[in-house]
Amino acid sequence: MSSETQQILTTDGIPLSVSLKKAERKNKIKAFLLVVPLLLFLIITYILPIGDMFMRSIDDKMVTNMLPKTFTAMEKWDGKEMPPEEVFAGFYSDFKILVQNKEHGKLAQRLNKEKNGFNSIIKKLFRQVQRNKIDEGQSIKEQIMKVHKRWRDVEYWQAIKRTAPPYTTAKYLKGMDMYYGPDGNIMQVEEDRRIHRILWLRTLEIAFFVTLFSFLMGYPIAHLLATLPMKYSNLLMICVLLPFWTSLLVRTASWMILLQQQGIVNDFFVMIGLVADDNRPEMMYNKVGTYVAMTQILLPFMVLPLYSVMKTISPSLMRAGKSLGGTPFVAFWKIYFPLTIPGIGAGCLLVFILAIGYYITPALVGGASGTLISNQIAYHMKTTLDWSFASAMGLMLLTGVLVVYWVYNKLVGVDNIKLG
Amino acid sequence: MALPKYTETRYRVWHYSYLFICACVFIFLIAPLFVIFPLSFNAEEFLVFSEGMKNLDPDAFSLRWYKDMIYGTKNPWGLAAKNSFIIAIFATIGSIILGTLAALGLSSRYMPYKGIIMATLISPMIVPLIISGVAIFFFMAKAGLAATHTGIVLAHIILGTPFVVITVTATLTGFDHSVTRAASSLGSNPINTFMKITLPLILPGVISGGLFAFVTSFDEVVVVLFLAGLENTTIPIQMWTGLREQLSPTILAVATCLIILSTLILVSAELLRRRSERLRGINR
Repeated sequence: MSSETQQILTTDGIPLSVSLKKAERKNKIKAFLLVVPLLLFLIITYILPIGDMFMRSIDDKMVTNMLPKTFTAMEKWDGKEMPPEEVFAGFYSDFKILVQNKEHGKLAQRLNKEKNGFNSIIKKLFRQVQRNKIDEGQSIKEQIMKVHKRWRDVEYWQAIKRTAPPYTTAKYLKGMDMYYGPDGNIMQVEEDRRIHRILWLRTLEIAFFVTLFSFLMGYPIAHLLATLPMKYSNLLMICVLLPFWTSLLVRTASWMILLQQQGIVNDFFVMIGLVADDNRPEMMYNKVGTYVAMTQILLPFMVLPLYSVMKTISPSLMRAGKSLGGTPFVAFWKIYFPLTIPGIGAGCLLVFILAIGYYITPALVGGASGTLISNQIAYHMKTTLDWSFASAMGLMLLTGVLVVYWVYNKLVGVDNIKLG
Repeated sequence: MALPKYTETRYRVWHYSYLFICACVFIFLIAPLFVIFPLSFNAEEFLVFSEGMKNLDPDAFSLRWYKDMIYGTKNPWGLAAKNSFIIAIFATIGSIILGTLAALGLSSRYMPYKGIIMATLISPMIVPLIISGVAIFFFMAKAGLAATHTGIVLAHIILGTPFVVITVTATLTGFDHSVTRAASSLGSNPINTFMKITLPLILPGVISGGLFAFVTSFDEVVVVLFLAGLENTTIPIQMWTGLREQLSPTILAVATCLIILSTLILVSAELLRRRSERLRGINR
């Protein structure tokens, strides 16, 4: 049989398979066109700006653009001995342009970050250049080296050379309390100045414990909601959904009222005789406040996925387990619990991801010990205006979240996110 | 949840302690919201229950903080509320339009690269808000939209669309595509089919996604803190500043109004969910 006789043709005389493929391509394009507006909108306003954050976080072009001739001349320098005359000459001509444009201050600031002591020697050189004290006919190397003894120190020239690459990972190292040492190797910040590492650990710790507490509290009530008859469970569901829909700031405000020293929780402790009236414990502006408020705020995100999984588990499974001789505890542990693991995974990872990026509640009820990495990012964005450092820390946090999200996707699948 | 008569004592004890634990958790969840109600009617300036309130003395209660909220000269709650509603309404409309279109495309079985596109579309929900805030701020600053209503609305559309995409996609999973094919075979054009057939069927999902988008925008503070200027202040920003500086009872009056609003939203969301399930023929 030849293929000619096998091929089925449509009424137009086109082979059916070709015609079907064409129709399918048309459908594909149609479906894709519907997604395009949102996809483009998000790419322009959201995805590309995140890329912009990355570019800002590694950007170190300032000095590269300021000292082009210096760095060209430095390419031939081995970086061990004092640099040759050409480097000095290049530096001098770059510096003259900077003085003309009044940008030498920026250079001093940036180089001072690389190595302490640049500020004063650049100012000195600036004065010399301003008064035209440097004679271009003679050796510029000799003249610059006379300006200050640090210009004779090879370490300062090495520091300038280190700023040559247009990109740097220094901000990321700073986010982990590390920096580049004089010979370009990675060094640790002194013990008492390692603030960022404390913040990362505290963020992880709070996210972990909030997830744990939410799980311990969320599991029993999700079980109750899933097993009660509809008419009771609907009513109790409101207790979960109302906080879910209520403003985050409202809930934080109510915790601030409850936990204050003259607040209701303390009143209650005094009433049952747990603490003395004149010795009321501070429950806000520390970690206790952060844990309590964040657990209550994130608990619905644990209960809802757990509930939707538990709802699908048939009660007859437990009855079967018990009738086959298992005690209720054995039946629960061997039958019910394993079936709820997808829900546990979903709930825990959802709460963990939300908790790790939390900012508002810790800032309000956490006090000094409740500051998390997000607060630090906001601080650098709004107060110190070190946007590249804020971007670097933001992206480090994002990487962490994406790793967690990837695990979530492997365990549960993104499509299984349920709302309400 | 009555126990059978033959239950052993230890299981009986366990069962009641389980119920007790659940009761405690429910109280933990809901009670904080109810503290705000009575305190917002406090006649005094302190945020504790006064002796008069404990004795239910009518003089200890007053509406002065509500009056302060509405008429107070120093309180920009009026402007904040106006801004919040304008921003939230426009952000909701934008999210609904973009999100519904995308969901329609995503639930088509011909959609190429479904996984990666879905992940991109819902990424604003997964990425921590502070990072979204920084990224969106960089964009708006470059586009010259920082400290404008337009900028904040666009930012809230970014944050709101994932909810619409998720709820509408969920509604479309039970959608019988033969009804649209029937409409087409009877001579209806695609737009007419969408308006007359598809939209009424997925409307509950669209509206409940819209409610999520509305609440997200209305409650959003992290991104707005980066973007807003003085004229763009919103209710969450005012609450944030108020809570940071000093906790005044006026904030509690505002909070009470917000709780009432969220109760209304909860009720409508719940009614919509049931209607949607009925329409899709899911019986529980």
